[in-house]
Amino acid sequence: MNNSRNIPTRCAALLGIVLLGTACPTAAHAAGYAAAAWWIWPLALFLVCFLLGMVAVPAGIGGGVLFVPIVTGFFPFHFDFVRGAGLLVALASALAAGPGLLRAGLADLRLALPLALLASVGAIAGALIGLALPVAAVQAALGFTILCIAALMWASKRSEYPEVALPDALGAALRINGVFHDRATGHDIAWRVHRTPLGLVLFSGIGLLAGLFGLGAGWANVPALNLLMGVPLKVSAGTSGTILAVVDASAAWIYLNEGALLAVVAAPSVIGMMLGAFIGVRLLGFMRASSIRILVIAMLLIAGLRALSKGLGIWS
Amino acid sequence: MELNTAPERFLYARVLAAGMRSGLTILTAGSLAYALAWLPVRVPFEELPSMWALPAPEYLKATGMPTGWNWIVSLHHGDTLPLLGIAILAGVPLAALAVLVPFYARRRDWVYLFIAVLQIGVIVLAASGVLAVVH
Repeated sequence: MNNSRNIPTRCAALLGIVLLGTACPTAAHAAGYAAAAWWIWPLALFLVCFLLGMVAVPAGIGGGVLFVPIVTGFFPFHFDFVRGAGLLVALASALAAGPGLLRAGLADLRLALPLALLASVGAIAGALIGLALPVAAVQAALGFTILCIAALMWASKRSEYPEVALPDALGAALRINGVFHDRATGHDIAWRVHRTPLGLVLFSGIGLLAGLFGLGAGWANVPALNLLMGVPLKVSAGTSGTILAVVDASAAWIYLNEGALLAVVAAPSVIGMMLGAFIGVRLLGFMRASSIRILVIAMLLIAGLRALSKGLGIWS
Repeated sequence: MELNTAPERFLYARVLAAGMRSGLTILTAGSLAYALAWLPVRVPFEELPSMWALPAPEYLKATGMPTGWNWIVSLHHGDTLPLLGIAILAGVPLAALAVLVPFYARRRDWVYLFIAVLQIGVIVLAASGVLAVVH
């Protein structure tokens, strides 16, 4: 059991070794040796994504939020290609989890569709803005955003079954409510929403950030649904993936059309992350949630500082 | 309180699962064909490290890689074939939403029919290539 509980630490150590390993070829690249060892980078990317996938599933995040700052910070690929691949990684994770969550009644389409509509418009705008702005500015903004996400993950308190005393008029008109069966307690839980107009505005902003940075949006979707709109935590987590798939697909098309999706970056990322997630699902049962949370926050802090320093030209 | 037994979620889930499997299979097969050099490539492997560090517009200019939907006519190249898998993955939500349209129409659920059609329009607009980045 102790060995099993050490898995997050081992993942972190392995990830550190791979990332440190990538720092050496950076020097080689500068010295002109990169051409002889082009395959090192896709291989290292595959390994890093495999480890990220193992961590992302038990942490309850899509992977995009870890992928973009880490790959931007430690790999030689241009930020445009990393963001495109980040959206694809998040999209593939959401598509893989979506069917099961929908069938289990943990993802609600009446809740997802109105929010995804505005979020996808925001994501398309974000992608267009992000590809037009100077890279350093977007990279510095990414670093700042990642540090804020780490703080949000550290400080946020989630509510299993939020109290919604009175549903708002728009939420009631859209019939955003339901009953889900909580297998943990064996109870049927009725839920409804409030603050729907504010939720729609917030999801437009979340979509904008997703398209701008290629992050996916699970890190923001769940607290917005749960804490702002009063959706039960499990339905929030399930519906987040359904929203994310639509939002990331919308932004991914912009990146694809602009030539910012490079097969040699996107393919090892998606395949590595999916294989890692496959293992991560099996580790869910015996990994400590608190250890995973601390590990993810630490990774976000390092990657956020790296992106910020790169964007500000402190450590290029 | 209406029970969350909405049957459209099963339809939606079925399309997501099928699309995900197809997209990931084609992406993996295409990437293998690329990595094992079974197909000719537009950008030689040894030139990749000097190219992937360039911004997307400069990379396109330097390599002559296709933009928009032009990659479709270049699928016989190893570095373009994986884009088919990527396009399928990005098209999965569109297909799933398209399945909802007749469902909502039959149910006369006009509000959600309108939302689904609008969402399809938004994704089609993004996919069409009409929206271009102003550099």
